[in-house]
Amino acid sequence: MSTNTIIGKSMPLADAPGKVTGHGKYADDLAVAGMLHGRILHSPHAHARIVAIRTEKAEALPGVKAVITGKDAPTPYGVLPIGHDECTLALDKARYIGDNIAAVAATTPEIAEQALRLIEVDYEPLPAFFDPLESMKAASGWIHDTKPNNIEKEYHHEFGAPEAALAASDFVREERYYAGEINHAAMEPHSTLAIWEPDDRLTVYSSTQVPYYLHRTLGEVCEMPMSQIRVIKPLVGGGFGGKSEVIPLEITAGVLAKKTRQAVKITYTREEVFYAHRGRPITIIEMKMGITRTGKITAVNARVIQDGGAYCGYGPVTVLYAGALLGAIYDIPSVHYDGFRVLTNKPVCGAMRGHGTVNVRFAFEALLDALAHDAKLDPAEVRRVNLLKAPCVTVNGLRVTSYGLPECIEKVVERSGWNEKRGKLPYGKGMGLACSHYVSGAANPVVRSNMPHTTVHLKIDRDAAVTLYSGASEIGQGSDTMQIQIIAETMGIHAKRVKLIAADTELTPVDLGSYSSRVTFMAGNACIEAAKNMRAQIYCAVAKRLGCDAADLEPRDEEIVCAKNSELRMSFDKAVVAAIDFHGALVASGAYTPPEESRGGKFKGAGVGPSPSYSYSAQVAEVTVDAETGQVHVNRIVAAHDCGRALNPLAVEGQVIGSVYMGMGQALQEEMIWNNGRLMNPTLLEYRLPTTLETPPIECIIVESHDPEGPFGAKEAGEGSLAATIPAIANAIYDAVGVRINTLPITPEKVLAAIQEKRKKAGRNGGAR
Amino acid sequence: MSKELILLSVNGEKRELAVPAHKLLLDVLREDLGLTGTKRACDDSSCGACAVMVDGVPMLSCVAIASCYQETEITTVEGIAPPGMLDPVQSGWADAGGSQCGFCSPGFLISAKALLDRNPNPTLDEIREALSSNLCRCTGYMQIYESVKLAIERGKEYRAAQAPNAGSRA
Repeated sequence: MSTNTIIGKSMPLADAPGKVTGHGKYADDLAVAGMLHGRILHSPHAHARIVAIRTEKAEALPGVKAVITGKDAPTPYGVLPIGHDECTLALDKARYIGDNIAAVAATTPEIAEQALRLIEVDYEPLPAFFDPLESMKAASGWIHDTKPNNIEKEYHHEFGAPEAALAASDFVREERYYAGEINHAAMEPHSTLAIWEPDDRLTVYSSTQVPYYLHRTLGEVCEMPMSQIRVIKPLVGGGFGGKSEVIPLEITAGVLAKKTRQAVKITYTREEVFYAHRGRPITIIEMKMGITRTGKITAVNARVIQDGGAYCGYGPVTVLYAGALLGAIYDIPSVHYDGFRVLTNKPVCGAMRGHGTVNVRFAFEALLDALAHDAKLDPAEVRRVNLLKAPCVTVNGLRVTSYGLPECIEKVVERSGWNEKRGKLPYGKGMGLACSHYVSGAANPVVRSNMPHTTVHLKIDRDAAVTLYSGASEIGQGSDTMQIQIIAETMGIHAKRVKLIAADTELTPVDLGSYSSRVTFMAGNACIEAAKNMRAQIYCAVAKRLGCDAADLEPRDEEIVCAKNSELRMSFDKAVVAAIDFHGALVASGAYTPPEESRGGKFKGAGVGPSPSYSYSAQVAEVTVDAETGQVHVNRIVAAHDCGRALNPLAVEGQVIGSVYMGMGQALQEEMIWNNGRLMNPTLLEYRLPTTLETPPIECIIVESHDPEGPFGAKEAGEGSLAATIPAIANAIYDAVGVRINTLPITPEKVLAAIQEKRKKAGRNGGAR
Repeated sequence: MSKELILLSVNGEKRELAVPAHKLLLDVLREDLGLTGTKRACDDSSCGACAVMVDGVPMLSCVAIASCYQETEITTVEGIAPPGMLDPVQSGWADAGGSQCGFCSPGFLISAKALLDRNPNPTLDEIREALSSNLCRCTGYMQIYESVKLAIERGKEYRAAQAPNAGSRA
């Protein structure tokens, strides 16, 4: 019954013209006259006491305008209120190779670089912790004195009766999984331009997903009222979570600008991006699951250890997400979860696309696949018998309002030829199926508060342009375009009429940021509310002019029409004039706060995982494995994603395919390789993102479950599909050559070793292949 | 630091510049000429974001010394279409989802433009091969292929309209 004219239609991204002509500006493209160049001195030690820092020689170098150390801005900060453990520059100890020790602002990048080499630091090296399993056993010498045994946070959750349920299961399996560390590797290296204004205000342009959090943190660390600071997000060249908390260079640039009373720009090198990190942590997962003869999951029990690096960051949230979304995709009566976030002397991990959920989903879906084979059941059928019956509340208190997973499974089974091909492909070829899900924004904010998660304002002047002021952060996912579509659709006007002013704390109201896939759901709903409020004002004036009831007026393609008598109509331009004549000024607002019922249970850690709505994904991967080399070639991936409603199908497909691509990289080839806290592959040459040649055809099927609370029924599309890709590929490898690789990435060496091991065993038992 | 005078031809304009002898073409474009469309993303010539055309051939400006390119014609993303116009690769990218965050787009556009200039009707394998030196973290490349295909179609329409007797058949 949809009569939408803009919503549901593919629309090129509103900011595309600037991006394809080179005229769009990212942070590092900006410059102001007299701007200084900042550089940061990083620790060469993984764990060391800072005994002394001598900056005199650096300060004496001509062209150097400031050298700062930890003492210049000692206020600790962190994205979580419980994790304010980072300082702009280290105060007492360096806690990882790459930790921030001192910084310089100089007239040229070369002088700044030269000055760094003149800073003398006396370190007293300390024993360091690199392996999370060793680190959590440490009796002394902890990375933070306040964190005994180097455990940042641990959580223990139990729902139902897992032990009894496992004992009563027909098939039980227990496996250990390991996932290597992953970097977002957004194409744009982080960059911040901080400008000290003549009236003693600070303006900061930064590559951020969270202008509001940056605004708050700058206020705290620079010891300035937030009212004197302005944060502007220019174009951002990809985030994926890597810009979703305050990154050291952002604060350092602010402190340097304040100290020099000039403009300072800092742009990370690619190596610095890898060490600033905040990516997906090394995760060790011990998982036990039981099913009945018919494939019904009886219980899942998981012990998860995340190697969080040297500071808190988003750590507790990451480890809670791993537990909260562990079992909630299916109807599982009993779940046990032990989650540990462990500190090590390595760069800080954080939020990355599919935050916390990806590695446990790999383990879960691979283990379920193995159980399906034990029970001689079709893995697709095993998923079917475990589906939730939405609407419902999961055993751990997550409210599910719409659930397109059944349709996702049917669609990928059909498109991939699963029923025809599965188990019938020749040796070396295989297909695997897996599912995943994700939140459409967190129902509880990071910083406890009753304020709306998003607020937007609308303004119309006599030119009849509709200006939207929104704090939401476009980072390439299409959120600007989504908001323009919603305003245009709700007001019945052309998209070109809508002008968007976004992500500038001086002009736009607060939006919490682009993370946890929250913007479509939250900013989208706020836009609908603002547009309806604006419409009500205009229709009130139009009704008076036309002599009809305002309640009968409807928006229709740049006109306002009376539903009862279509001869009573007025163009939008005239309606605006009428409304301004009547009201004097045309402004309206909208806001979104997740409903109370969506905010989850009351147990410790219950705040993370609840969302107003969840997306779902099912995927089938087809692979060819070369049994002589162990090389895995992905031939095709079919992904069906339930995004509630595709407001902009072009953008939804781009997000889903991009997620699958990133999952494939993690599955087969991406990994940060560590040697005593030193990253061995801090370049894009060696941290191997898949190129066009390694990326298979990826097909996206959009499933629309029409969420009752989503804007026009929409929910998230940008993250949920990533997690299913990894187990789909792992399961396909098993189907192809009969080996299960439980360690990511699944490299040719691991596959070959497993095949040889299997052959050896088969040889001993007298079997073939 | 001593500078030397160099003469570059960029996007059809002759530009005389005083730059340090070792200065990279990428930095000259971005800092001295304000052509910030060309991006730095990797520091080790592995991502393709800094690609420009040198005499019609894609080259990485992050590993090119500017003074060595004085006798060449350099084209950046800002120069692949006349001012205020979009080349079919640009409109293809904008309309078919080739740009998400857009940071890799300038480099991809240079590679795609160079491909279509020498081969106006490439196969998918030829497109994949020609774009294999450019990294994109957002798209998974599928909509980039769609963007190239759209550019191919638009290029055909454009050439048909430009053909000498295109109008006389009506």
